[in-house]
Amino acid sequence: MAKKMHIQMTVNGEEQEFLAEPRELLIHTLRERLNITGPHIGCETSHCGACTVTINGKSVKSCTMFVAQANGADVTTIEGLGSPDSLHVLQEAFKEHHGLQCGFCTPGMITRASKLLEEIPNPTEEEVRFGMAGNICRCTGYQNIVKSILAAAAEMSAAKEAAE
Amino acid sequence: MNKELSREERADALSGMGCKRKRVEDARFTQGKGNYVDDIKLPGMLFGDFVRSPYAHARIKSINTDAAMALDGVVAVLTAADLAPLGLHWMPTLAGDKQMVLADGKVLFQGQEVAYVVAKDRYIAADAVELVEVEYEELDVIVDPFASLESDVVLREDLVAEDGSLPDGAHGPRKHHNHIFTWEVGDKETTEQVIGDAEVVAEDMFYYHRTHPCPLETCGCVASMDKVNGKLTLYGTFQAPHAIRTVVSLISGIEEHNIRVISPDIGGGFGNKVGAYPGYVCSVVASIVTGVPVKWVEDRMENLMTTAFARDYWMKGKIAATKEGKITGLWCHTTADHGGFDACADPTKFPAGFMNICTGSYDIPVAYLAVDGVYTNKAPGGVSYRCSFRVTEAVYFIERMIEVLAIELNMDPAELRRINFIKKEQFPYKSALGWEYDSGDYHTAWDKALEAVDYKGLRAEQAQRVEDFKAGKTRSLMGIGLTFFTEIVGAGPVKNCDILGLGMFDSCEIRIHPTGSAIARLGTISQGQGHATTFAQILATEIGLPADSITIEEGDTDTAPYGLGTYGSRSTPVAGAATAMAGRKIRAKAQMIAAYLLEVHDDDVEFDVDRFVVKGAPEKFKTMKEIAFAAYNQAIPGIEPGLEAVSYYDPPNMTYPFGAYVCVMDIDVDTGVTDIRRFYALDDCGTRINPMIIEGQIHGGLTEALAVALGQEIAYDDMGNVKTGTLMDFFLPTAWEVPNYETDHTVTPSPHHPIGAKGVGESPHVGGVPCFSNAVNDAFKAFGLRHTHMPHDHWRIWQTANKLGLHG
Repeated sequence: MAKKMHIQMTVNGEEQEFLAEPRELLIHTLRERLNITGPHIGCETSHCGACTVTINGKSVKSCTMFVAQANGADVTTIEGLGSPDSLHVLQEAFKEHHGLQCGFCTPGMITRASKLLEEIPNPTEEEVRFGMAGNICRCTGYQNIVKSILAAAAEMSAAKEAAE
Repeated sequence: MNKELSREERADALSGMGCKRKRVEDARFTQGKGNYVDDIKLPGMLFGDFVRSPYAHARIKSINTDAAMALDGVVAVLTAADLAPLGLHWMPTLAGDKQMVLADGKVLFQGQEVAYVVAKDRYIAADAVELVEVEYEELDVIVDPFASLESDVVLREDLVAEDGSLPDGAHGPRKHHNHIFTWEVGDKETTEQVIGDAEVVAEDMFYYHRTHPCPLETCGCVASMDKVNGKLTLYGTFQAPHAIRTVVSLISGIEEHNIRVISPDIGGGFGNKVGAYPGYVCSVVASIVTGVPVKWVEDRMENLMTTAFARDYWMKGKIAATKEGKITGLWCHTTADHGGFDACADPTKFPAGFMNICTGSYDIPVAYLAVDGVYTNKAPGGVSYRCSFRVTEAVYFIERMIEVLAIELNMDPAELRRINFIKKEQFPYKSALGWEYDSGDYHTAWDKALEAVDYKGLRAEQAQRVEDFKAGKTRSLMGIGLTFFTEIVGAGPVKNCDILGLGMFDSCEIRIHPTGSAIARLGTISQGQGHATTFAQILATEIGLPADSITIEEGDTDTAPYGLGTYGSRSTPVAGAATAMAGRKIRAKAQMIAAYLLEVHDDDVEFDVDRFVVKGAPEKFKTMKEIAFAAYNQAIPGIEPGLEAVSYYDPPNMTYPFGAYVCVMDIDVDTGVTDIRRFYALDDCGTRINPMIIEGQIHGGLTEALAVALGQEIAYDDMGNVKTGTLMDFFLPTAWEVPNYETDHTVTPSPHHPIGAKGVGESPHVGGVPCFSNAVNDAFKAFGLRHTHMPHDHWRIWQTANKLGLHG
């Protein structure tokens, strides 16, 4: 067993500090060490995106990142996007437009979509499809996921305009 | 006082059947608060992991676990030798065969379970797997089912008697040591005679390749043996929790009341989570041995390589017709590759499932089907991937057969279908292979579909494209894929459908609470279908309480009534019927309570949306909410307190959803790249409970169909190595590859189902696969192609174009 490393990171706004083997995968840190079980494990090879989180402002598949690589990072998971009293627009939109079925891909899907809409606030359908291609869903056929994201984008833009 | 609501407003307030009710499941899933098996964490929990065979066929000379056991944090390493004294080194399969839990002397497929390591965390378990030393002696590998039936190599020595004779299998006599069963249906003699005498016969071989359901969540479990109370709790990704409880009891000897099986949220199933796997047995044993909970969750490679493949059917067909195109007979022989063990998940009396629905939507007077099951050095499984038992194979077969016949007749395939459809007035229709189709109106659906896509216009455009191609003006061809499918779902009547002797009824138990809300528990388990939403809608309409006041609970065998689970589109046809019937029992008691409260005779009140009213005096009524309270509050002569009901529903027949699909595809001849320009799907699933959810099911099923038809396969090399063990090689479409679908419907209720619903989850997959495949084949028809096998990935399409001489 390798020597343990001292790790510090911010997860959903909370400071975390612990000792971990450097080979520990970030998804296991989140799920097993910190009990943040929103991000899921679907493939462990970076293909499916169920484990997607935001690290220092970028979408990252946490199943193929060592905890050592995330030392000092600012991590946001689905749990950090909204709260039961104040849902993220995307969380509302996915329900409204039936953008999920079994729900296993959903946390990664919404987390990725939240970054996509920061990268491209008013995306075309093609941009959504391309920008979400790293997240696999086996249930929905994507049609309603795309619809949900486009609807959320429209709502967020309208709210932004109203605020300006 | 509030203004009295109209009848329509009262109905709307219930969110009952027919409305696009938003899903109650979504709050937890969108906030990352789902509870899947890998989210379960119990005190002291250990982790299991498998040592798996790198070889497809080998004898095991020795297993040395010393180094693994010496690793800090390893608690146990189990091998077949440890399980043998308990009689658990083999387990029964759902198909009447038996399967090794851990390799007993030999391995029969790559990835087979050889030893089970139990350790304090998943990293230590994975390290220990590497330290287990297994010495193998390689044996000749058979990956081709036809070669298997000719081979001297004996795959299953356990199924050959000492004198070399072959004992019967679960489905009768065996012809060869690698043969599993022969299943025959229909009239062989007459069919062969009709084909021999026919004016036109089309003949071809269709290979429906091996693939995998590949839900996003893999299979797994947490076994927790409480030695103090003698109770075993087993959490897992089970599509049939009650059946799993019975199986665990039968093989472990633990009495059934001491086993609690819980299916938590399931991250997609599609058939992958129906069967019982070695991981479950080993985890249970490990928990019994160690006295603490043990978790096992397979990784993606293990999922693709070892748990529950689908298809792998070689279907040879002959279809006979008159010169005018009237079909006179159908013949099919299927060679079914089942891998090393027969672990198919079919009703006991149907070793090839409902493959005998292969006469499709057509009025075919005589037919014959034979299926031979064969052992090879591939993983076991043979589950129904998003379809009722082998129905996708059957529908693919007939819908390709029709296309080939149309070529033989030089006839338009849409017209050929039309003149052979079973007519509306022929229902209930008895098929040549023994099914009684409940209801249908195929001509109406077909005409609606063809008109919606402007079929004639498409054919004209296609003809022009062929001319342009020949003239060198374009390098793109256009394919028009047609499919008209009839499914057979909702297994099923107990008289002919059982699994391991358990009749395939299903159940619902309802408890109405005093303040007018309710909980209903069912024997099924949702894996994304939205049961908590839709079953509450059925009940809202049946018992007149708002869907939002009804909790639906599934998946806990200690609380839910016994049922056979969710697969084969059986939840709505069977458990949905049980729900309606239990609701009607509630209503019958409520009627008596209402009559008592209104001081009239039972027959003088009638149900009206959310209340019972006095006939002819609608201003005199008691709402269901008032009645619920009265059931707990009043001493009513002759009526027990409380308001509860349970129904076990044994369906009188299957249901037969149908649909008409059209796919328009452009194909780049030089790259083999396909572009789905349009996909129109008309589905008739009978009564529609929630159109939003139906549409979502159609989108998802079509996408899984696209995957299978255009690239997804479990492929082996000649050594039995799996070539598609990761998502890099195994095609799962992304948002980028998937088109938008147009959905449409007709409504032909099932006459025997209490609410007329037929089930819909699997229709789009069943109908979608032949539709995509027909589009590819159709694109090359003008250049002489009759049939090319799936999956139609770019490379294979390029090869087809090349063989046809289209690359100049």
